[in-house]
Amino acid sequence: MALMDAVLELADDHLVLGHRLSEWCGHAPMLEEDLALPNMALDLIGTARTLYDYAAKLEGQGRSEDDIAYLRGEREYRNCLLVERPNEDFAHTVLRQFFFAAFMHPYWHAAQDSDDEVIRGVAGKAVKEMAYHIRHAGEWVIRLGDGTEESAQRMRDAVEALSIYTAELFEEGAAEGAPALPSRAAQREAWDATIAHVFAEAQLEMPEVPFPQTGGRKGLHGEGLGHMLAEMQSVYRAHPGATW
Amino acid sequence: MVAEVADICAARAWEAAAAVPDPEVPCVTVADLGILRGVEMDGDVAVAKVTPTYSGCPATLAIEMAIEVALREAGFDARIERVLSPAWTTDWITEEGREKLRAYGIAPPEEPSGSVRALFGETTVTCLRCGSRETEKLSEFGSTACKAQYRCTACLEPFDYFKCL
Ligand SMILES: [Zn+2]
Repeated sequence: MALMDAVLELADDHLVLGHRLSEWCGHAPMLEEDLALPNMALDLIGTARTLYDYAAKLEGQGRSEDDIAYLRGEREYRNCLLVERPNEDFAHTVLRQFFFAAFMHPYWHAAQDSDDEVIRGVAGKAVKEMAYHIRHAGEWVIRLGDGTEESAQRMRDAVEALSIYTAELFEEGAAEGAPALPSRAAQREAWDATIAHVFAEAQLEMPEVPFPQTGGRKGLHGEGLGHMLAEMQSVYRAHPGATW
Repeated sequence: MVAEVADICAARAWEAAAAVPDPEVPCVTVADLGILRGVEMDGDVAVAKVTPTYSGCPATLAIEMAIEVALREAGFDARIERVLSPAWTTDWITEEGREKLRAYGIAPPEEPSGSVRALFGETTVTCLRCGSRETEKLSEFGSTACKAQYRCTACLEPFDYFKCL
């Protein structure tokens, strides 16, 4: 069951962040971003779907990917706190994306050597998509951080607000007992290097975080996730078993 | 004799499935794109193996259904198997597929997939209209998940570029 729990954590990270990004659809500051954010959301939700489907198979109880995504409450979600943070402004959104992709890229890179065929397949696809997300979000972090007075201030505010959630990315969670998945802690060095590289160009500094926020892997979430799930799950809960 | 019949069936099933156009880029077929990995006979059932292009490609389901319909119209019982590993790459687009994309107005991927240059956006893309290498990226993301938008700075033609992944 360790593998199933670990796959669920991964799937929840991707679905929750994908859903957050999808909230921008039709509201982005410019057309390019109105295409980019839902495109990135699609990558994440696509990955989540494959992982939920796999988790359902591992569980073997006849649940579907939809049942797992739509019929679990907030306390049963195992995503890390970073991905559920609300969109706030565009600076928060691109920084959250950059922090997450900078972690997932080396993670999926390592997962390409997994002895699990499904994980290898997901990783082979996702590693390239995450490289795109790092690049796209990273360019925005630089443009805003090294931009106008206001954009720089908003980016600094985003760094202040989101940096406290980054330590949780490296907690092993359920994967500790699942050798098919890479160690999360082992991705720290690569993540630090990506952040340092982009932050130097963006004139940003990563603050010291004396009290990191964690708890997502145990189902302890911020208030926002419940609201997000209520909206995301409302149709399926009103029409159980609906397909579209 | 039985083996021969099976071979002939498999070849006919391949032909039927391979001719299915991509729903989003209809100038190329699923075989041109390399997403139809093979068709095998399992008894009387034609089993088409399909690899999705992108994790969240909304066309995946439409492609699988179109292949199944094509096989049934050709007289086969059909089943689709989704193959995730190895993951699809733009390297699998055939030479013929690349030619068709060019003729359709979409610049085919120029770098081998996984190239660091391609991932970090340092690819040089050739203008479809005048052949100039002086082109600029307009948008990382285009009308579908697989495309970016470019413009030629020599002749000013805007065009789609099939991203290297
Ligand atoms: Zn030109």
